[in-house]
Amino acid sequence: MSSKTLYDKIWDTHLVSEREDGTALIYIDRHLIHEVTSPQAFEGLRLAGRKPWRADANFATPDHNIPTTTEEREQGLEGIKDPVSKIQVRTLGDNCAEFGIFELKMTDDRQGIVHVVGPEQGATLPGMAIVCGDSHTSTHGALGALAHGIGTSEVEHVLATQCLMQKKAKNMLVRVDGQLKSGCTAKDIVLAIIGKIGTAGGTGFTIEFGGEAIKALSVEGRMTVCNMAIEAGARAGLIAVDEKTLDYIKGRPFAPSAELWEQASKSWRGLVSDADATFDEVVLLEADEIEPQVTWGTSPEMVAPISGNVPDPAQELDSTKRGNIQQALEYMGLQGGTAIKDIKLDCIFIGSCTNSRIEDLRAAADVVKGKKVASSVEVAMVVPGSGLVKRQAEAEGLDKIFIEAGLEWREPGCSMCLAMNADQLGEGKHCASTSNRNFEGRQGFGGRTHLVSPAMAAAAAIAGHFVDIRKLG
Amino acid sequence: MKKFIVEKGMVLPLDRANVDTDFIIPKQFLKSIKRTGFGVNLFDEHRYLDKGLPDTDNSLRPINPDFVLNQPRYKGVKVLLAKDNFGCGSSREHAPWALEDYGFRAIIAPSYADIFFNNCFKNGLLPVVLDKAIISELFTEVEANEGYELEVDLEQQAILKPDGSKIEFSVDAFRKNCLLNGLDDIGLTLEESETIRSFEENWRNSAPWYFTTTSATTT
Repeated sequence: MSSKTLYDKIWDTHLVSEREDGTALIYIDRHLIHEVTSPQAFEGLRLAGRKPWRADANFATPDHNIPTTTEEREQGLEGIKDPVSKIQVRTLGDNCAEFGIFELKMTDDRQGIVHVVGPEQGATLPGMAIVCGDSHTSTHGALGALAHGIGTSEVEHVLATQCLMQKKAKNMLVRVDGQLKSGCTAKDIVLAIIGKIGTAGGTGFTIEFGGEAIKALSVEGRMTVCNMAIEAGARAGLIAVDEKTLDYIKGRPFAPSAELWEQASKSWRGLVSDADATFDEVVLLEADEIEPQVTWGTSPEMVAPISGNVPDPAQELDSTKRGNIQQALEYMGLQGGTAIKDIKLDCIFIGSCTNSRIEDLRAAADVVKGKKVASSVEVAMVVPGSGLVKRQAEAEGLDKIFIEAGLEWREPGCSMCLAMNADQLGEGKHCASTSNRNFEGRQGFGGRTHLVSPAMAAAAAIAGHFVDIRKLG
Repeated sequence: MKKFIVEKGMVLPLDRANVDTDFIIPKQFLKSIKRTGFGVNLFDEHRYLDKGLPDTDNSLRPINPDFVLNQPRYKGVKVLLAKDNFGCGSSREHAPWALEDYGFRAIIAPSYADIFFNNCFKNGLLPVVLDKAIISELFTEVEANEGYELEVDLEQQAILKPDGSKIEFSVDAFRKNCLLNGLDDIGLTLEESETIRSFEENWRNSAPWYFTTTSATTT
């Protein structure tokens, strides 16, 4: 047998059939479902008189549309003021009931962002092939699962056939050697990677993240890295299984137990790329060169270290790039050459499937403890990734730290990452956000997003502008 | 699915790289539970001057006259000429739905984001990949000639220009066949039901830990 990458291994175990041109059917072990990209798929099933192939492989929770204030959430579905959002959440519930699909409803305290809840419940397991009608499904690759986003037609296809039709991607290894400096996080690693290879750098590839700095990350940090593989253009990100992965999974509700755990964990230990496996492309980064990162533009690749400046379009020789920079700066209301530290913030958002897990909240709380949010900051909110993250944070007293510092403590959901609910960034306002996309209008019409780590967002909340987290006492 | 054989129509030049899915259709319109009706909100944040909301009468909204789609010469376009990494971002199929609903049948760009590219084929929308140099030439020609039309012939895998010259393109044999015949993926896959079932049985035996989820669902 020739040597294989981790991606090759998972692909091979899930290959049902393959046509001459390479179009293959891949068996799907877990299908995660939320309310936005599924209604048309269920409708398609109904119209064709089809049933889910394997109902128990599906796992649903509403997350995009749901309100995050406690008052609204206590009213359940009735608390959703926007009638269109309410229909979507209700439709998910109706569809799950009709087709016998497990759903964590918005009133369940295990509910949350699907990419936080999946791993938390043990519904994400190493070696699985996982899909969801959501591009940030790449998150689950942190546990050694082949996971990626799909469109609604594919959601219907997976429901009906338990398979996905696709061609195999190429293998890319992004290796981050050495050790991160204090104050630098998984978010800074992945933003630095995207800054290096660009938002299309991973197109057509599955990216395996490896190297000493990735191995040193917690499983939650690894999820942050894989979450943003899609922002580098790769549908899927992967990280090899190690003892940390197994420790994370053991004992979770959907994970195997007893004898089955022994068998499974033995098998999962083999979920690493062979030492002599070849990758179509290899990208190398040195962890100790990575500073805290801040995006200044309208694409995640438009990123600079905290010590840097917003680029000056006049210095850019390539005319296409110059045009892109100009367009972005105009939208962002920034002047070329401005120091990143001089960017003032109106809003702070700590949350999203990228950075809303307990470690993220601990890191943010650590920075704001005993301090106050700057008076110039109009909105500062912390939105935990799930009800269980929220409960854990409250048990640790993090909610009190945030509230005393002047941040709002919200109920779990996608919230202002994409502003499908009422949490929207105002026009022309600058937001330090721990989310994943800084596209025009992403967090609200005319809103200006700067992507950062939780600690950097927290530090910006206190100062009212970006600060170098490494220089805080 | 709608068949795609030959489509001829006017071309809209969208001179912008990394057009993301929020640009194509902003999230507030994703709340619909239908597949149709997204065309009026295609490129919403650039097409209109105000903030768009679902269930509003779009004909009453202020139009952005500078946006290319609103220029009278581009009324009735069927082919979208775009730049690198078109469709990056979200997996929302609402992006191709909005393009198709507006009246686009084909896109021509140097590169696409993977998920978007895939979603197009499921909706009778053909994403053609051409070299940057050819794309750049097409931009010049479209902008210089009002009423410029291209004929996209999937069967021949060629784009016919007004001067009679042809540009060949490649496309997956399987996807081509599906588009030409308007084939439904699910129907095709279900023809392999027996293969899937036997795969599943073997997989259940070799990796039973992936098939144990029901007990957790009863809590």
